[in-house]
Amino acid sequence: MNSPLWSLVVTRFRESLRYPETIFWTFLFPALLAGALGIAFRGEAGVPSVAVVAAGPGAERVVAALASDNAVRVESLPRPEAEHRLRTGRATILVVPGSPLVYRYDPTRPESRLARERIDRAIQRAAGRNDPMETRDDPVTEPGGRYIDFLVPGLLGMNLMGGGLWGIGWVVVEMRIRKLLKLQLTTPMPRRDFLLSHVLVRLAFIPLEIVPLLLIARLLFGVATAGSLFALTFIAVVGAISFAGLGTLVASRATTTTTISGLINLCTFPMIVLSGVFFSTSRFPDAVQPAIRALPLTALNDALRAVMVDGASVVSQGPELLVLVLWGAASFVVALRIFRWS
Amino acid sequence: MGAVSENPGIPDPAVSVRGLVKRYGDVAAVDGLDLEVRPGECFGLLGPNGAGKTTTIEILVGLLAPTAGEVRVLGREWGEDDRSLRSRLGVSLQETRFPERLTVAEVVGLFRSFHPRGRDPRSVIAEVGLTEKAGTWTSRLSGGQRQRLALACALVGDPELLVLDEPTTGLDPQARLAFGDTILSYRDRGRTILLTTHYMEEAQRLCDRVAIIDRGKAIAVGTHAELIASLDGATVVEVALARGDLPDEAVRALPGVRAVRRENGAILVSATEAHVAVPGLLDLARERAAELAHLTLRQATLEDVYVSLTGRHLRDE
Repeated sequence: MNSPLWSLVVTRFRESLRYPETIFWTFLFPALLAGALGIAFRGEAGVPSVAVVAAGPGAERVVAALASDNAVRVESLPRPEAEHRLRTGRATILVVPGSPLVYRYDPTRPESRLARERIDRAIQRAAGRNDPMETRDDPVTEPGGRYIDFLVPGLLGMNLMGGGLWGIGWVVVEMRIRKLLKLQLTTPMPRRDFLLSHVLVRLAFIPLEIVPLLLIARLLFGVATAGSLFALTFIAVVGAISFAGLGTLVASRATTTTTISGLINLCTFPMIVLSGVFFSTSRFPDAVQPAIRALPLTALNDALRAVMVDGASVVSQGPELLVLVLWGAASFVVALRIFRWS
Repeated sequence: MGAVSENPGIPDPAVSVRGLVKRYGDVAAVDGLDLEVRPGECFGLLGPNGAGKTTTIEILVGLLAPTAGEVRVLGREWGEDDRSLRSRLGVSLQETRFPERLTVAEVVGLFRSFHPRGRDPRSVIAEVGLTEKAGTWTSRLSGGQRQRLALACALVGDPELLVLDEPTTGLDPQARLAFGDTILSYRDRGRTILLTTHYMEEAQRLCDRVAIIDRGKAIAVGTHAELIASLDGATVVEVALARGDLPDEAVRALPGVRAVRRENGAILVSATEAHVAVPGLLDLARERAAELAHLTLRQATLEDVYVSLTGRHLRDE
């Protein structure tokens, strides 16, 4: 007869694959997200700036000057409508002809600043400016430096986090609500095996969580892994175990699905924003950087990114791995102490 | 239906509980309960919801620690070697919902794996009558089939003591009969069963002995026959009147009558000897110019025992 541990792992794994939702959230969703974001942010250089010119005297000359630049899309509109376009973000800049010529734009929007530079250059040249120094652009698109290259490791990290928290947190609480934990406790099943089985199921899910995403990123965008596959796998395993700990911790007391989904969202949302999934953590002030770096998802994302983009080795990611191990160990220790079986 | 044959030399009880108390704050869910379940019998805890049956069961199977009292299960106390004691128990609890997308065979197989020794899951599934459903997800089972699955999970470790909390709640009468047969065949193999129920017909049909539980105490224990005999009026005469009335005192004064109570407009007369009490009743009705709508004689039930002990009905909820 099978051991309790093996049966728990096999049964749990089999059961979760019978839910189409699992398949969607684990494999399809991250891949779709990578595809969509990779296309949307394929680089500002390739996207033309959208400008509106307020109709009036001199507008035609401005439009003609800008139309010659194929990095700019331009349209002349009556002033109120042009202002409306700018306000609603459908135009990045509004040019008001006259003397002086006025640029209206939001300087906090990078694409507006870019549009201002492009448009000013085109208008100045049309007005007869001669650049004293001859220059030439030599554009490079190096895999590794693009947004999608930044994004894919972040999505991997986010996926491993979601797997740990939902895959253990939610599932264990559901078993508690169904009074299955209680019933299993009346059998000679070792409690240790029960908790361990959830961690092992998480490990079994790792290939399913990372391979489809890596394949899509590779096929659509040519995202390659600079470092070794071993390093990537090793870090993913440590990350998955660490988040399995956190998942067990959030599951240890909750007795309703509302509580557990609240707890999981409370853990995941801040980290999705702070830990460098969609944009770099360097956007946050220096004062909070130590706190951000102490988050498990930051450590996991940084380590995955170092391996995928910079080709880093496992050893070089010691500090990040240490953060993950500490989170995992602390979570498991607390979870085991406060775990509610019935 | 039966009284247990007394063994020569009294064996150790399968379950022995003395002075059991479980308090939650100021509320005592179990309040000084004493019990003794003998090996090889089917023992029932009968009582209304909230009487403390489930708390008692959870203490017996080691899920809850008692506030006070002594509990021995199969000669052991909890906290000595719990794993080995658990391997000798088969338990089904109330309201367990199995994982929806596992099949019957997978669930029973999983529970089998928890036990170092046990039975072939297929034979257990056959025994509870689920062979045709072995490959079906538990979400597609009827209520009765789910209860039988729970029973299979309790049986698959081949336990010496089967503990079932409200195993037939929510089943239709036919399913309850079939369920009862399975439990009885298990007892007939010499195993011990402890179950709770609030169906007195079920306690009567399945249980060799019954403890009537009320407000956390066992207020009466015995075989069905013993409990009925304790009533001092083993026959109940139910009288419904179409016209007129019979005063309780006048009825109680009739020869052979032990007690009178009213229920849903009918007069329930507990009598030691029906052939004495009934003619007296008819004479009284004639004297008082009351007209009988009907008169029924029946054997007293555990419900009558419960009512006579507590003044309340089992079904009062």
